[in-house]
Amino acid sequence: MAINFDKALGLHPQALMLREKRAEVLASNLANADTPGYKARDMDFQAILKQQSQTNSGILETTHSGHLLPDQYQLSGELLYRTPQQASLDGNTVEDQIEQAKYGENAVQYQASLRFINGRFSGLLSAIKGE
Amino acid sequence: MSSFNIFNIAGSGMNAQNLRLNLIASNISNANSVSSSIDETYKSRQPVFAAQLKDIIDQKNKTSGVDILGVVESQAPPVMEYSPNHPMANEQGYIFKPNVNTVEEMANMMSASRSYQNNVEVLNTAKELMMQTLRMGQ
Repeated sequence: MAINFDKALGLHPQALMLREKRAEVLASNLANADTPGYKARDMDFQAILKQQSQTNSGILETTHSGHLLPDQYQLSGELLYRTPQQASLDGNTVEDQIEQAKYGENAVQYQASLRFINGRFSGLLSAIKGE
Repeated sequence: MSSFNIFNIAGSGMNAQNLRLNLIASNISNANSVSSSIDETYKSRQPVFAAQLKDIIDQKNKTSGVDILGVVESQAPPVMEYSPNHPMANEQGYIFKPNVNTVEEMANMMSASRSYQNNVEVLNTAKELMMQTLRMGQ
């Protein structure tokens, strides 16, 4: 095949999926802001993406339903616990303002990844049209 | 598609905060409901929240929404007041007022409404991002 989408789009689709996952984690932090004992979670985006890009070249084929994929292929990565700036009495470590900032940051970065992909697509499109 | 999960999470958060607001409204509106015995007195009601751990245990996903475990009634004693002229006074001349602390409830209300707004904001942002994703490549 002349056009390989995986090569054309690079790392951005994976980054997009990771961003989406992270948005979910942060949304769950914000939803549980008043749940006693809830611990805020987040992921180390850079580490997971790096791991992804390194292992991406040689994904093992699964020929049997009992074959397990290594953890990094499931695109969830390891979730870490956030260290709170100020501890609260009920054991909840969610700090609204921090979670909101992270969520906003993540949303902007998601849009950035999306824009990169869109740029690649319009590049491909103009190559196909040859105008 | 997995990102619909955000809508579930924010929705469960809004649901929980909505129940909390309802209970606060009930507490504040009944703050002055006087009765003539301890058993009949209105007791302050509070929701109990918990993270939805079922999905985490099942390893389906690692995020969780909010579960409402139930509503508990405050065990604080009602306020006893001696006012023999009150129509609801018992034989000893006492009336009983609910153990609702209106100042506490007002602070609670503000916290609940802020949390609700947070969840709405999360939902709006997620929706906006998904709409942009749907327009990808156009």
